[in-house]
Amino acid sequence: MVEIVVLVKQVPDTNAKIEIKDGRADLSMIKWITSPYDEYALEVALQHKEAVGGSVTALTLGPARCDKTLKDAKALGVDKIARVDVSEGYIDSFSVQSMLAEACRSMGAEVVYCGKAAADTNAGSTGPGVAQKLGWASIANVTKIVFGDNSLELMQPAPEGQAKVGVDLPALITCDKGMGEPRRANVKGIMMAKRAVVDLIDVGSFEGNTSVLEHTSPPQKPPGKSYEGSEHVPEVVKLLRDEANVI
Amino acid sequence: MSEIIILADVNNNELKESTAEVVTAALSLGNNPIVVVPGTSPEAAANIAANYEGVGSVIALQSDCFATYDSAAWAEAIASVSPPGHLLTSSTSRGKELAARLAASRSATVVQDVIEIDGNTISHPIYSGKAHEKLALSGPSVMTIRSNVFKPAGSGGSATITNVNSSSDLRTTLKEMVAKASEKLDVSEADIIISGGRGMGTPENFEKLYNVANILGAAVGASRAAVDTWEEIPHSMQVGQTGKTVNPSLYIAVGISGAIQHLAGMRTSKYIVAINKDGTAPIFRHADYGIIATWEEALPLLEQELGSLLG
Ligand SMILES: Cc1cc2nc3c(=O)[nH]c(=O)nc-3n(C[C@H](O)[C@H](O)[C@H](O)COP(=O)(O)OP(=O)(O)OC[C@H]3O[C@@H](n4cnc5c(N)ncnc54)[C@H](O)[C@@H]3O)c2cc1C
Ligand SMILES: Nc1ncnc2c1ncn2[C@@H]1O[C@H](COP(=O)(O)O)[C@@H](O)[C@H]1O
Repeated sequence: MVEIVVLVKQVPDTNAKIEIKDGRADLSMIKWITSPYDEYALEVALQHKEAVGGSVTALTLGPARCDKTLKDAKALGVDKIARVDVSEGYIDSFSVQSMLAEACRSMGAEVVYCGKAAADTNAGSTGPGVAQKLGWASIANVTKIVFGDNSLELMQPAPEGQAKVGVDLPALITCDKGMGEPRRANVKGIMMAKRAVVDLIDVGSFEGNTSVLEHTSPPQKPPGKSYEGSEHVPEVVKLLRDEANVI
Repeated sequence: MSEIIILADVNNNELKESTAEVVTAALSLGNNPIVVVPGTSPEAAANIAANYEGVGSVIALQSDCFATYDSAAWAEAIASVSPPGHLLTSSTSRGKELAARLAASRSATVVQDVIEIDGNTISHPIYSGKAHEKLALSGPSVMTIRSNVFKPAGSGGSATITNVNSSSDLRTTLKEMVAKASEKLDVSEADIIISGGRGMGTPENFEKLYNVANILGAAVGASRAAVDTWEEIPHSMQVGQTGKTVNPSLYIAVGISGAIQHLAGMRTSKYIVAINKDGTAPIFRHADYGIIATWEEALPLLEQELGSLLG
């Protein structure tokens, strides 16, 4: 029986326009969703249980609105749902990692799955940070997993191509797409989830060393630009990265 | 005293140029940064790092653990030689992972993708670039520096190099390295699409599109003219009114004229790049970035640039 924990985060809808009001992103009218890569992490966690048995807990850190994300996970078939209760607003990465690591430890986690990056921070910091706090191995951006009794075999991108890597539990895995489309909830699952109780976990508080001064809108998308000749390709690649932020 | 530490971006004992940009970023936080150069034989890379203008000293960190990538072992070895203070590295996927681990081991905050440093204030994009966040640092932090933002440091320095040997246990085993495979992604699932049209000339030339797609993790699509002309290009790849409607972050149209029926399937893409030899092709009226060139000239360069940026 493996104790599986999956970290899920509630984030603003990735299609939403982010308005800035008084130097802060205004999230008051935002629709909240489960961070897309966390849906893959959930799928992997459920596949792990189906392959070798175990218990899956979906864990989040956030205010009460995040219970929706936990109930959605419950509807998919996780066994337990738990939340570290914090108030609305910025939480420094050090605090996030410390609190989630404490929570995983208190639940007796043997394997932790999370998304490769959250859709709001785009950071990819939490998984490796939690692994370090726990003193565990971690493998990032995993696209395929074969589940063993006490070990995993994973595919991970490497500069040379794809690395097939083996690891013994305990381990933390950050998930990319690749393990198949995340399953959808059925009616029975949704009904069960309605009655599910969220475990509130208290892990104390941690003080990080950053604070937000302000949020700003990035420079507007400029009108289309045309370049004559292939010698401009490097310039366009740079713009795709730094102006458009799409690669 | 608190130091400024740079973790050099090294793969197989080869120093990546992005390290020179991190040196510049580090110099805006303080003088004489220490560069840690990890490797199984880091001497050559350490020599290059010692030549960057402004570098205070270099630690050539030799360990067998750097033969294969294992984040826990790498972080342990690097942490063992890194004094307290700010620590900076490149924003690659490994850089970000190591930064997160090193931050956790130093009880510091990690900030990824930094694009601006001004005293103790740093900025980085959030919400996929839809906003920028400016943070105040009140203590030592770990940060990754986005590439192509800071000017690379010049050469001409001559920092002293200290050799350190370390060992740390691998927590993972590399079973196999699989060369880059062309995994065929469906256009309706992809966040980046590169499509070819009749201008590709032959279906074999679509290989050039797959080369680029593999670097970007993109799917390859096609215009109807391409699907109708060549039986090797299946209808499942067709984008447009009678094909698939797609909404990726980035759509790259190559040798596609931009007929209204094609546009119907992709015009809501967040960013559109067009590569076409005809500057009057309608696709250019919808492109955010248009490159007037043949694909024969443009695609090899695109592959090379993306490869060095993301590969
Ligand atoms: C009812 C209906 C439905 C349709 N549905 C679709 C649909 O779903 N999807 C779709 O795509 N089309 C659809 N079409 C077809 C559409 O009208 C166009 O015919 C088609 O999109 C043209 O494809 P193309 O741009 O590849 O070819 P062309 O229009 O022939 O354009 C080829 C382009 O390649 C450029 N070129 C040539 N050589 C090079 C080179 N070496 N390097 C760079 N550029 C080069 C040329 O300058 C030209 O602009 C539909 C049409 C109808 C009537
Ligand atoms: N507040 C949180 N609650 C639960 N999981 C989180 C939280 N923040 C981050 N994670 C997990 O860590 C992953 C990476 O987040 P980030 O480091 O912010 O990019 C996410 O995809 C989640 O799986």
